[in-house]
Amino acid sequence: MELPNIISSWFAARGWQVRAHQLAMLDAAAKGRHALLTAPTGAGKTLAGFLPTLADLATNPAEGLHTLYISPLKALAVDVQRNLITPIAEMGLNIRVETRTGDTPAARKARQKEVPPHILLTTPESLANLLSNPEAAAMMVGVKRVIIDEVHAFGTTKRGDHLMLCLARLQRLAPSLQRVGLSATIADPESWAGWLAPDADSTQVEIVVAQGGADPAIDILVIDDRIPWGGHNGRWAARAVMRRIESARLAIVFVNTRAVAELVFRDLWAENDQSLPIGIHHGSLAPEARRKVEAAMAAGKLRAIVATASLDLGLDWGDVDLVIQMGAPKGASRLLQRTGRANHRMDEASRCLIVPGNRFEYLEALAARDAVQAGELDPDGFRPGALDVLAQHVVGCAAAGPFFPDELYDEVKSAAPYAGVTRESFDAVLGYAATGGYALKAYERYQRLVTQPGGRLRLRSAALARQWRMNSGTIVEAVAMNVVFGSGKSSRHGRKLGQVEEYFAGQLRVGDSFMFAGQTLEVTGFDGADIHVRMGRGSPKVPVYAGGRMPMTTRLAARVRGLMNDRARWPAMPEDVREWLAIQDRVSRLPGEDDVLVETFQRDDRWYMVVYGFAGHPAHQTLGMLITQRMERAGLNPLGFVASDYAMACWSLEPVDDPRPLFDPTVLEDELAQWLAASPFLRRAFREVAIIGGLIERVQPGVHKSGKAMSVSSDLIYDVLRRHEPDHLLLTAAWTDARGKLTDIARLAALLEQAHAGLSHVRAAHVTPLAVPSLLTIGRERVGDSADSALLLEAEALIAEAMRVD
Amino acid sequence: MSVSFSFAGESLQPLACGALWWPGESTLFVADLHFEKASHYAAKGWLLPPHATADTVANLIAAVESTGAQRLVCLGDSFHDEAGPERLSDEARRALMTMTRSLDWWWITGNHDEDAAAVLGGRVMVEGRIGPLVLRHEADPADPTPELSGHFHPKLVIRHRGRHIARRCFAHSPTKLILPAYGAFTGGLDIADPALQAALAGPVTALVVDGERLLRFPVG
Repeated sequence: MELPNIISSWFAARGWQVRAHQLAMLDAAAKGRHALLTAPTGAGKTLAGFLPTLADLATNPAEGLHTLYISPLKALAVDVQRNLITPIAEMGLNIRVETRTGDTPAARKARQKEVPPHILLTTPESLANLLSNPEAAAMMVGVKRVIIDEVHAFGTTKRGDHLMLCLARLQRLAPSLQRVGLSATIADPESWAGWLAPDADSTQVEIVVAQGGADPAIDILVIDDRIPWGGHNGRWAARAVMRRIESARLAIVFVNTRAVAELVFRDLWAENDQSLPIGIHHGSLAPEARRKVEAAMAAGKLRAIVATASLDLGLDWGDVDLVIQMGAPKGASRLLQRTGRANHRMDEASRCLIVPGNRFEYLEALAARDAVQAGELDPDGFRPGALDVLAQHVVGCAAAGPFFPDELYDEVKSAAPYAGVTRESFDAVLGYAATGGYALKAYERYQRLVTQPGGRLRLRSAALARQWRMNSGTIVEAVAMNVVFGSGKSSRHGRKLGQVEEYFAGQLRVGDSFMFAGQTLEVTGFDGADIHVRMGRGSPKVPVYAGGRMPMTTRLAARVRGLMNDRARWPAMPEDVREWLAIQDRVSRLPGEDDVLVETFQRDDRWYMVVYGFAGHPAHQTLGMLITQRMERAGLNPLGFVASDYAMACWSLEPVDDPRPLFDPTVLEDELAQWLAASPFLRRAFREVAIIGGLIERVQPGVHKSGKAMSVSSDLIYDVLRRHEPDHLLLTAAWTDARGKLTDIARLAALLEQAHAGLSHVRAAHVTPLAVPSLLTIGRERVGDSADSALLLEAEALIAEAMRVD
Repeated sequence: MSVSFSFAGESLQPLACGALWWPGESTLFVADLHFEKASHYAAKGWLLPPHATADTVANLIAAVESTGAQRLVCLGDSFHDEAGPERLSDEARRALMTMTRSLDWWWITGNHDEDAAAVLGGRVMVEGRIGPLVLRHEADPADPTPELSGHFHPKLVIRHRGRHIARRCFAHSPTKLILPAYGAFTGGLDIADPALQAALAGPVTALVVDGERLLRFPVG
């Protein structure tokens, strides 16, 4: 495609060249093909996505909606509006760009339906709501392009399922629609092209890979050749990290969980001799607090910001020149994305510093650096689309107008995540959406979907459509309580600092102190959904919530094993790590490339078994449950277990003489079913599918159950369904989620197979070096102030014993 | 059979199902059945599992059979809303009408259901009295007469070693006994909640039936 003069002269006026990938995107559009662009940060990715739209509108001006842009973040849509509107204004193009998110006023939304802009920037949730309107068909019929930014943020999630169902709908309304995906770092563009394409047909998608970008400079922090034995968030290095921050213009300090963000922020503040302006940003902070930090950042008022994944996505944070990763990065793609936040100029190297928390994490950091340098990213685990999401979509379609089930089935199957959905499952979803899907037929007169003469299904009432719009979306927040500062009676009077999950709040008592928003807070009282706090002193008493950690990826785990076995790499490692590996090799052995090393040893009156599975924290957690269950049955009196990304350690009164039978992979399904059914995992998963699937009402922001608590809790529904309708669609959906997300069954099964094929059992004379990080975490969570010194002594004894080579 | 405790000089037995058995008067008390709660929501588009009413009726029948009760007192909110009786399934309606005929059946009116249950037979009243005990739906903190009531759905919430345990309980003070909700689909209110504390007018104990045992937890 020729660039219209008005655009090429805009480039020329800035002394810019149109880049090859930008031309390739124009070319794909001219050929009428879908396109997937992967480009490093700073490569002009956003402009490349919009350029064909601008070119088309410059050449063929027309009214009506031309391009939809879909972003995972509301804030991003606002940001891109800025970056898009400026070029449009400078080119003097008559193109109207508007945003539509949950925050858009109703009046503007209504106007957008009547007089749509040329380009509409929106989120998947707002798009779905738009499509549920009867007027949507008329508005969308002329849409030519849909641009999905940061596709990697969507692909393997329920939001992705939801989005692809909406695209299938859009494609039906506007058959010549071109789909465009923009992505920073993906391992396998081909499979993403399949995800993006109608009917999962990747041949319809032009894959454009932007070349160039300097290799990132990744550094691993080691001080005096020392790496700690235990811990996993790099807090030991706060002082050194603060010095690096001082020498940078603007640093982002990434941590793996919200709770660690709080701790690290406090540590850094304690070392902040120059009182540099540093901030904290995570998803639990109140939106106002978050926006304040973001604004300070954009205005260049900050020197560093401690952040979780809420900052991961592609916001341009201005002049960031150093990214610091506290703790292991857990995946190469993750590391690369985070490193990409530093320095948005393509030809300059991004700088990243990894601060490993312990020796395993040092190896993991090294492995991640190797992987990034080798260009080996983590593949994404695509999975079949979720049925609760489909149930929501079906009702949304009915809200837009009556449909023929046959036609909707074909449409749904054209969305890649649902390509394999059987007619039987689809009909079950329709049945669920209509009457709740119960074997006990009781709700004929309350059906939500009614069959019209001629066979089309329609929604029973307009009220149901409104109700659907209030409750749609696939993001389900955990039940949260507000953290309110000050003595006001409710959140309206005090200052709301943010939210914590209800079950964390459940541990708190009046007088307890905990870390939040970078401060130690003391609980002064509870009031409905509010926790009232004041400033606390000293160390917080209640340990912070450590959930939400991402497990180390499979590829990275393989690289860590490789590093242990590749002695040529050892000399470049810190002395601490070298010695740790060498003594392990002498007193026990090193884990092989693909075996499962199991060590047993006695310590005090207990017998320990440590399993080096390298299968990630969730899989090891489930392994611990499974193995201790089996030990129980074998009469070995297991007492407990701990899990990390690398290993699972359990202890018992009787020794494990032969670990092999404990790893028998055959009875897995059955045992897990029993355990999962009784565990809170499934209940939590059920709550999510019950909300997404439209069985229970979403708690609206600002509304909290009043004192009477008469609402029906998802736990009660779960119990009733399990008793009476064990095959219910939502139980199946919850089961699928719990298996995949919470317990990582696939990796556990692979681990058991691996153990079955190659288990090496070492009977060690005493605790081994590799076992120390695991043993150090035992009982951590229950430690009070007075026990600290006892623990310290215990740690010292453990290490001395492990490093004994006689 | 569960353990007795003494209230206003009478020997009462809290049952694991949530009912209260008074052997001396051969009377069974239940509170907050909330029949047809699920269909109330279903009419609004929330298609909750339709089994709760049948479950609750089955539990009632079992409790009557195991105690041999002659009289049954429902302490209000027997239906989730006034139109509830119309939505009963034929089976549930038949079972309830059989019981109201064969027992001395009292419906105390609640704030959800008024006198809706009258169509099923039995006596309907705003307050009742048996021996020294006054029976009403919602506790009256100003009345010093020993009283049985419902309304609050008390539950005991315990946080122990980071675990969150919640169980239906009887809320007990020197002159008041509040029954847990009997309905299969009813949530609960923490017994430590100020609203419950105010209603109980005195030192509060939570009584939890655990198998054969009656556990007592002082509250506050």
